[in-house]
Amino acid sequence: MIRYILRRFLLAVPTLLLVALAVFALVRMIPGDPAQVMLGEGADAAAIAALRGELGLDEPLPVQFVAWLGNVAAGDLGTSIVTSQPVGALILSRFALTATVVLTSVAFATLIAVALGLLAAWRRNRRLDWTISGAASLVLAVPSFWLGLILLLVFGVELHWLPVVGYVSVGEGGLAALVFLVLPIVTLTISETGVLTRMMRSSAIDVLGYDYVTHARAKGLSEGVVLRRHVFPNAFAPTLTLVGLTLGHLLGGVAVIETVFTLPGLGRLMVNAVLSRDYPVIQGCLLFTAVIYVLVNLTVDLLYPLFDPRVTAE
Amino acid sequence: MRVNVALGYGLTGLLIAVILLGFVWLPYDPIAIDLDHTLARPSLSHWLGTDEFGRDVAARAMLGARISVLIALQTVALAIALGTALGVLGGFVRGWTDRLLMTASDAILAFPGILLALAMIAVLGPSRHSIVIALAIAYLPSTIRIVRSAVLSIREREYVEASRVAGDGALYTMWRHVLPNATPPIIVLATSMFGWVVLSESALSFLGVGVPPPEPTWGNMLSSARPYMHGAAYLSIAPGLCIVATLLGINMLGDALRDRFDPRAGR
Repeated sequence: MIRYILRRFLLAVPTLLLVALAVFALVRMIPGDPAQVMLGEGADAAAIAALRGELGLDEPLPVQFVAWLGNVAAGDLGTSIVTSQPVGALILSRFALTATVVLTSVAFATLIAVALGLLAAWRRNRRLDWTISGAASLVLAVPSFWLGLILLLVFGVELHWLPVVGYVSVGEGGLAALVFLVLPIVTLTISETGVLTRMMRSSAIDVLGYDYVTHARAKGLSEGVVLRRHVFPNAFAPTLTLVGLTLGHLLGGVAVIETVFTLPGLGRLMVNAVLSRDYPVIQGCLLFTAVIYVLVNLTVDLLYPLFDPRVTAE
Repeated sequence: MRVNVALGYGLTGLLIAVILLGFVWLPYDPIAIDLDHTLARPSLSHWLGTDEFGRDVAARAMLGARISVLIALQTVALAIALGTALGVLGGFVRGWTDRLLMTASDAILAFPGILLALAMIAVLGPSRHSIVIALAIAYLPSTIRIVRSAVLSIREREYVEASRVAGDGALYTMWRHVLPNATPPIIVLATSMFGWVVLSESALSFLGVGVPPPEPTWGNMLSSARPYMHGAAYLSIAPGLCIVATLLGINMLGDALRDRFDPRAGR
């Protein structure tokens, strides 16, 4: 078990290094002088030279990379060109909101998908299965941001139940501020349920065909017990992997959802940084999300043996 | 399940028909501004209404279909061509080449696709070409992985061994024996990727970093509709339905193809 954990950690190291290299290279790929581009057309030569010095642009590339990596390791992601705030603090201040929305949605989506997927597999090719599979296929074809817009139209513009724009954090507005999170969470939950349900259904169908399920049924166990005790534990592992991948990617910013619901999350921070060419913020967001992604998947890999003990044996 | 296949062919056929029709006839000029008829509700003269610049929504949606599909085709072609070449290389040659390709793929996969595309567009500047390049790179790793895993099983087959024993060069064996047998999974992948790219492009355009206006795409039409939710809700509905119909058609077609080539995965 310890060997398994160690190996997983070591496997993540080269990936993380390459990720860092890619993020570093990105800003060097900007055509022309990065300092000039960052400061805009009207910048004077002295300011450009100062920024070049600050960014270490006159050093050889490998030296720049090592210096940058050192800063990153020390937690220094640079400062925003637009707001002059430290990038690290900026990211952390936005991340709480994104994480709240994403974690809640993915938790709901997983619960719903496991139940629906098991049911559909159990009633395979019956009306219930067609309904569930059909709904999952439909959800897969609906862009999350459009679903959000439609929900906003119905519940915000027409029914006036929920706010259409704006955001107040729970810290400032108390529990009443949760109304701003209802639609984003509902939207994301529905969107993520589609693909997870399909995955759960497909692996549950595999498991239902195994001899031990036939055996459990022959023993006279009720269908509920068979599904809960024998099918679910064995069919959940692939879905868990998918949950990890989904979580990793969504935590990196549900930019479109945040845009629809005007939430100041990490994704919105990145989009605005791209629009205003705030390269240190773009770099910081990319690096942060990639590291989160690697860590989430590492965690899922470590959870895997809990559901499938055969994994560690390999 | 026959219904799905019919839906797949039907919706995809409709999409192609609309695009072809758009080349010979559009109800109005989709770019020309008409300030006398802004935000007109759907009517007989403007079936889907007009937007905030008085442009006909139906005409823009038709041109949008052409632009989105063209971008998706270019992206898929680029990602599949590069991904297949690298995937066959990695899977067939193995060793260091393979390990390097896999680590690089893992690193790219660690970035959420849309953020990676965003960052590349920040570097390349927003344009149709940047979108194609950015999305192709974002989808490259999964292509490499899928092709590689197909190749890994193909390279152990007798006919590949036979080709090697017959003294064929590695390149010839890859081209003549490995690639043709890896084609079915590649076709299935290309079909689903087409759907993902349509979705990603519309998301990028919705975020304001995709296809720059005044050129219409379904994504940037939805983005400009957002401020007019009160009063002109119809602006938010039509482009979204276009995306849903397209994705539904392509996904169903993809499922049907997968069932055909890989009956085990279908169900």
